[in-house]
Amino acid sequence: MKCDFADSLLQGYFDGELSGRRAAEFERHLQHCAHCASELVDLDWLSGALRLTQLYVPAPASLRRKIDAYVHPKAPTAAPSQPLLWHWLAAAAALLVIAIVLWRVSPELRSDDYQAELAGEIVDAHLRSLQPGHMTGIASNDERVIKGWFDAKVKFALPIRDFAGAGFVLNGGRVDVVEGRSVAVLVYEHNGHPINVFMWATQEPDTSPRTGSRQGFQWVDWRKDKMEFCAVSDAVPADLEQLHQLIHSSV
Amino acid sequence: MSELELEDRERFEQLVLPHVDAAFNLARWLLRGRADAEDVAQEALLRACRFFRGFQGGDARAWLLQIVRNTCYTWLEKNRPMELSMEFDEEIHLQTSATPETLAISGDDRERLILALETLPPRFREVLVLRELEGCSYKEIAAITSLPIGTVMSSLSRARRQLYSALANSTQKGAVREV
Repeated sequence: MKCDFADSLLQGYFDGELSGRRAAEFERHLQHCAHCASELVDLDWLSGALRLTQLYVPAPASLRRKIDAYVHPKAPTAAPSQPLLWHWLAAAAALLVIAIVLWRVSPELRSDDYQAELAGEIVDAHLRSLQPGHMTGIASNDERVIKGWFDAKVKFALPIRDFAGAGFVLNGGRVDVVEGRSVAVLVYEHNGHPINVFMWATQEPDTSPRTGSRQGFQWVDWRKDKMEFCAVSDAVPADLEQLHQLIHSSV
Repeated sequence: MSELELEDRERFEQLVLPHVDAAFNLARWLLRGRADAEDVAQEALLRACRFFRGFQGGDARAWLLQIVRNTCYTWLEKNRPMELSMEFDEEIHLQTSATPETLAISGDDRERLILALETLPPRFREVLVLRELEGCSYKEIAAITSLPIGTVMSSLSRARRQLYSALANSTQKGAVREV
């Protein structure tokens, strides 16, 4: 004896998430639906049990200390000695040498680190998307439908194109998180392989595509017109390159 | 070593650090253990620190919990992939995996509730924890989990139903055992 109202409205009503009009509509229904009335009692009982049991587990002090130490790196607290002037001078000279070396080397190092970190994040996001129910927020192959869905969610314009003619079928899109920012993802399928194309706005200059592989997945990353793109898949690199060409020339 | 500039550091302390409890609590329930939760919450917070420049304002708690959740799922994927694949099996939680420890204490209401919650599939457990323990709105839960609001609502509904029936089940069993 299920009630049509049961699932969505009942939860929404119980959690105070319905608009006034919808809540009133549900209350009228509630007057003569024993099923919903008893479900509501169960929900209330469950919620009370969860609250009374105090299941919230606050962070242990050890975690707070570790985070604090990370956010506030302290100078080592060795006992102060009585340094002679030339000790200071020698130390300053050494620091200067180190600073020069780092200054010359680090832009490349940092860029490689950054690329590796970004690739790691993207592949992690790709892995998460392969779990059931996580691939698409909007499942559609209609470019306009997908565009309308994204319009409310991301602040940049997306090149949304179905390349089914070339064998890359657009299956939909979702919003994901990479490096702590929301990014748009278009989901394609090619010969049975899902391909995630991550897109976000950037201030960095255009680049030619950079490719790599990680944990058995291929990725290709490029920037064009203040947008960064990263496609990732278990498809062969040549397929990703073809999709990169298609998207690149459609922007 | 911190990679934050001084002024970012102050913003990070004001906006993000008040939610360390929320971060740990979510990790604790997703990973079902304090030790793993501490490691993963720490990793998530360090990531948050590193990516803080990408935070464009708005709801800092949801932003942090999003990173915590993703870090937890990545960790589960690497360390306990079986747990993620049980997501769609409606029945499995009823028979699973009470450890000797949890069985021994299942006479107690509190432990029974913890056990019931921990045997829910992660996808259901997280919406319930976010809603009931963290007090998040549907919109916040949708932002944290990257799921559409409709899916949040139906997951919540199924999670509550499963928890309720698991609890009612074990209450009966508990009563029999106590007699």
